[in-house]
Amino acid sequence: MQIVSDIQAILGGFRVTLAHMLRRPVTIQYPEQKRIPYPRFRARIVLTRDPDGGERCVACYLCSAACPVDCISMQADEREDGRRYAAWFRINFSRCIFCGLCAEACPTMAIQMTPDYEICTRDIMDLVYEKEDLLIDGCGKDASYNFYSHAGIGVTQPRGAGLEESKPVDVRSLMP
Amino acid sequence: MTAFSLDITLFAVKLGLVFFVILTLAAYLVFAERKVLAWVQDRKGPNRVGPFGLLQPLADLIKLLTKEDVVPGGADRWLFYLAPAMAAIPAILIFSVIPFGAPVNIFGRDLPLVVSDLNVGLLFFLALSSIAVYGVAIGGWASNSKYALLGGIRGLAQLISYELSMGLSLVPIVMLSHSFNLADIVAAQKTVPFIVYQPLAFIIFLLSITAECKRIPFDLPEAEGELVAGFHTEYSGMRFGLFFVGEYINIIVLGGLAATFFLGGWHGPLLPPTVWFSLKTLAVAFFFIWMRGTLPRLRYDQLMHLGWKVLTPLALVNILITGWWLALK
Ligand code: SF4
Ligand code: SF4
Repeated sequence: MQIVSDIQAILGGFRVTLAHMLRRPVTIQYPEQKRIPYPRFRARIVLTRDPDGGERCVACYLCSAACPVDCISMQADEREDGRRYAAWFRINFSRCIFCGLCAEACPTMAIQMTPDYEICTRDIMDLVYEKEDLLIDGCGKDASYNFYSHAGIGVTQPRGAGLEESKPVDVRSLMP
Repeated sequence: MTAFSLDITLFAVKLGLVFFVILTLAAYLVFAERKVLAWVQDRKGPNRVGPFGLLQPLADLIKLLTKEDVVPGGADRWLFYLAPAMAAIPAILIFSVIPFGAPVNIFGRDLPLVVSDLNVGLLFFLALSSIAVYGVAIGGWASNSKYALLGGIRGLAQLISYELSMGLSLVPIVMLSHSFNLADIVAAQKTVPFIVYQPLAFIIFLLSITAECKRIPFDLPEAEGELVAGFHTEYSGMRFGLFFVGEYINIIVLGGLAATFFLGGWHGPLLPPTVWFSLKTLAVAFFFIWMRGTLPRLRYDQLMHLGWKVLTPLALVNILITGWWLALK
């Protein structure tokens, strides 16, 4: 009969909720009990340095272009030796959606995501991070990676000194 | 002290105690509801204010009292102010006829543990629960808002419909106990509570009072999903708080009535009578909360169908069967 199965269904619902009432809550009590995020968790963004201690960022604007909410802005500049760097570099974390596209776009591994998710403040202007706030002293992920050992020919090293390069050939010696 | 002034003092103390206990209980029922619903959903519920969150009702009260009291433009000001009180006061008044313990003897005087031992207590309850409809209907109408008006109309229709099955489900109780007096009804259940004789009436009564205090699955007048908050959409601050507390007072009072009519009132072995009464009342209140955590809201036509085509005829048949059974006895 319809009514019997209906009543059974309702009582079944009551049983399920009672069982859940007696179960341990899954709540994590946040400020006291912090959950440890995975290493690749995407939160606060940093600018890393290469193993020699130099800034990795070459101010190529790729991260800024990739950012879907346009929250990265910078000004490119060039050192005496021709190496590019960002004169200023700004990320507005109040707009950032932590999608990680900037870190994917970066050719030098300079911009990276860290698992530090506790960056809330009372004043929204405190969420605008300048280069000093972003730049860290370590290399972050890919610790051994140094962009200029693969590229930057003629800027930081003479021709042919890069890792995957062979010595330049003297064209005059190429006789038939 | 003269005998008269002693009587007056005892009565005032009793009144004050009942008032205090009911209001505190209502505030803590809100807390208990939030806790139980949280457990149903594998959460912890409020646990920040005070030990185990026990001061949460106090924090809520302070919040509600300090909120801005908004009256929407075009609202009927006086009725708007009046409606929350009309919803809360009948609920408290009903408690005055519920006996919550065996008569006690203080200073050589028999003190019945009921605020007012009316001989038509049951009718008084039915009359007051009809008045509670006005709070909903007037609150909805005076707000000058579509949602509130729709909620008010729904509340009106629902409460009137379920009043009927509620009243009819109580007729067998009167037939069995030969009295409209709640103390007599309790006395008639000294050995066996009426739920044993009248399980069907108990179920009908339970469903009807759920609809009467507008709780899930019968919370059509509020129906967040469709009417924002129904009849109290436009209320803010303590006026909303009054509607809210009124609802919980209603749960306590109707739980107490269920205990009185069907579960044997304050009768029970071992424990003191008042404790038994509280336990039964809280058990019904817990069932309400449990039901809220379990069942979804009915559709409006299902609600009316259940009220008019199922509960009311069933209650009538139950009266006939009870009469037949009493005549045979
Ligand atoms: S994580 Fe996404 S939103 Fe944030 S700065 Fe990078 S690209 Fe922009
Ligand atoms: S952080 Fe990377 S992508 Fe962005 S400007 Fe610097 S080098 Fe280019």
